[in-house]
Amino acid sequence: MQHVTPAEHGMETSTGLDNRKLLMWLFLASECLFFGSLVATYLLYKGRSTTPPFPHDTTIAGVEYSGIYDIPFTSVSSFVLLMSSLTMVLALAALQRDNRRAAQVWILATALLGITFLAGQAFEFTEFYHEGLTVSSSVFGSTFFVLTGFHGTHVAVGVLILLSLFVMGLRGRLTSERSLNLELAGLYWHFVDVVWIVIFTFVYLIQ
Amino acid sequence: MASAIPEQRPVSIGEALRGLRHEAATYKGILSWIATVDHKRIGVMYGITAFIFFLIGGLEAMVIRIQLAQPNQSVVDPQQYNQIFTMHGTTMIFLVVMPMSAAFFNLMVPLMIGARDVAFPRLNAFSYWVFLLGALFLNFGWITGDIPDSGWFGYAPLSVQSLGHGMDFWMLGLQILGISSMAGGFNFIVTILNMRAPGMSLFRMPVFIWMTLVTSFLIILAMPVITIALFELGFDRFFAANFFNPENGGDPLLWQHLFWLFGHPEVYILILPAMGIVSEILPTFARKPLFGYPFVVFSGILIGFIGWGVWAHHMFTTGLGAPANAAFGVSTMIIAVPTGVKIFNWLGTLWGGSIHLATPLLFAVGMVAMFIIGGLSGVTHAVVPSDFQQQDTYYVVAHFHYVLFGGAIFGLFSGIYYWFSKFTGRMLSEGIGKVHFWLMLAGFNLTFFPHHMLGLLGMPRRIYSYPEGMGWDVYNMISTVGAFVIAASMLVFMFNFIRSIKRGRRASADPWDGRTLEWTIPSPPPPYNFATIPVVHARDEAWHRKYVEDDQGRIVRVPAGAEHDVESHEAAGAEGHHIHMPLPSIFPLIAAIGLPMIAFGLTYYQDTHGEWALPLIPAGVVVLLIGIFGWGLEPEAE
Repeated sequence: MQHVTPAEHGMETSTGLDNRKLLMWLFLASECLFFGSLVATYLLYKGRSTTPPFPHDTTIAGVEYSGIYDIPFTSVSSFVLLMSSLTMVLALAALQRDNRRAAQVWILATALLGITFLAGQAFEFTEFYHEGLTVSSSVFGSTFFVLTGFHGTHVAVGVLILLSLFVMGLRGRLTSERSLNLELAGLYWHFVDVVWIVIFTFVYLIQ
Repeated sequence: MASAIPEQRPVSIGEALRGLRHEAATYKGILSWIATVDHKRIGVMYGITAFIFFLIGGLEAMVIRIQLAQPNQSVVDPQQYNQIFTMHGTTMIFLVVMPMSAAFFNLMVPLMIGARDVAFPRLNAFSYWVFLLGALFLNFGWITGDIPDSGWFGYAPLSVQSLGHGMDFWMLGLQILGISSMAGGFNFIVTILNMRAPGMSLFRMPVFIWMTLVTSFLIILAMPVITIALFELGFDRFFAANFFNPENGGDPLLWQHLFWLFGHPEVYILILPAMGIVSEILPTFARKPLFGYPFVVFSGILIGFIGWGVWAHHMFTTGLGAPANAAFGVSTMIIAVPTGVKIFNWLGTLWGGSIHLATPLLFAVGMVAMFIIGGLSGVTHAVVPSDFQQQDTYYVVAHFHYVLFGGAIFGLFSGIYYWFSKFTGRMLSEGIGKVHFWLMLAGFNLTFFPHHMLGLLGMPRRIYSYPEGMGWDVYNMISTVGAFVIAASMLVFMFNFIRSIKRGRRASADPWDGRTLEWTIPSPPPPYNFATIPVVHARDEAWHRKYVEDDQGRIVRVPAGAEHDVESHEAAGAEGHHIHMPLPSIFPLIAAIGLPMIAFGLTYYQDTHGEWALPLIPAGVVVLLIGIFGWGLEPEAE
């Protein structure tokens, strides 16, 4: 076996997996615990709120309160986010075929879909705020805003990464040999999407 | 930013070397340390910083012991007492044992697996700077008078309602330290899995490497849980959220669940590195391979798994109910099994060995002995009715000091005595080292053994004073005397350390007749560690290079000249052997500086006249991003 140094390009690793890719998988493993703790907190406090607004239609002491969630709206924004995973896959596939122009288009599309999702979330947060739901109004407000806000921050970071890659691409630095950069961004992006499926199911859909 | 983008073209060896020399010449003196990405230098910085905090945490402990030496004393008032025991616990766990273990990870992992550095050298520098700044932030209250006061466990709702900024420093300080630990955890997992020398399969790895791997997995999976708990605490404190507020449907017990779901894996984060160190030292000084290597390794892995299922034994008295208490009692007893397996393997290693009773071995055996005592009192805590009696008494204080001081600290000191020569080229004095050991062992037992009795006599933890006539006076006085003996032993250690750096006996590359790869390279190692990456053929590779079996099956030394243990590094250098080392970088430090800026902003912006602090938050984010982008765009090597 040839003696190669770690810094050398194309170094073979003991597992055969690229260092950075392994790092990303480990990071995502620890992300599971971040989101897991927040989702667990949400589920623990589900139905414990004593002050309106409530997430779903609720009747307390004969008084009916209509739920605050707008499921059709959030379904649409969830669909937008899931579609961004598709464009992410197309971006990577294009770059690996060395079709840089198509890759740029798909990267930008992914970022824009992400921004659309964030805009939807901003709209939703504002609506809820006007209906009286804040971080301090009830335990539902605390858990809802912190969990979905934590996820939204992840989407925002993802958008920042995608836009950085887009700028790299404009400068001709995003090539098929360096597609790992995009692949790593993709791993992160898909993870954030999958987490949203969990949040959408547990937080919005299950009553 | 455009101009910062480097040319991406292949460079010739000559250019690379010139580049390396040029870069190295750019950073001299203190700047060469600030910009370093060398795992050995980072390890040294971790070690020194952790030791300084060990002295600070020790001084805090001395105040506690002086206050409690006799009944009805008032050296400190109750509030100051709360602050001091909070800072003592937080410091010893997060600023001493964890970073001291990180120092050993940094110093030893690349050397023991035959690598030139860690997988991500700049991430490694980032870990250190974040740790240093987080530690300073956590201690900032000593300047402003806002000192954390709700215990190292920060139980809600006390930690939510604590006045002043003390708990803000605690909460945000731990958040920053968590980032450091996780970055280190990722780095060492990738390093261990991916950077092993050819031939070093997982089951040829030294046990210390295995324990580092398990610890790193625990870190990356346990730190997120406390991060979220602290995050929720932060929302409660800063934005009046309701996570731990019972008036609005919150539940303070959630804090305890999250905290201990982190906290119990955390105790294995603290002890497994020390267990790994001891598992290296015992075979070297018994001159035998580790007894039952696979059992030790699998026990470590098993501890890593079961450690996740025992957290509620910290909460037996919170009213979880009999079924939960029984389940967690049983899981706690089960985790004692792999721990016991390790202890028997260590004893088996010593059994029948030709023992060389040097200082590292004394500390290692001290660790095993003290850990057994701490382990046994731990098992008594697994018995729920017994724990009901012991909860919040000094018996618990005795238990965790036997495992954390008697276990982790003794283990870490054995590592310092063992590997000191590898990085300084000189030996620590054996004579003074033995004085240090016996003083520390005596002082430790004088201090903490009476705590068992105090606890059984009903003395509660966290009280700042106690009345006469409780039967606690004598034990408290003995304990305080013991604390002074420990303090004296530290003076002996520091004298030995400083004296040996300057005037210690010169050490050979392999002074202990070691078994692992770090002993095959010079002391101190060159920046690139291995002139030629070694090829590993066996567990205990270094030993197998030195010894073979003769015709009669006796073990004999490979004749001089035939051995290929210490390579001629000068020759390799003279050939112009092209070793590409990672370049120094200041961006990890810049990125790290952003974090305390954000934390200061969050702490102060809601104060009256705190408007000045608000811009610090976006400014900190910008500094962090500048660091990250600069880091991403600069050339990392060649």
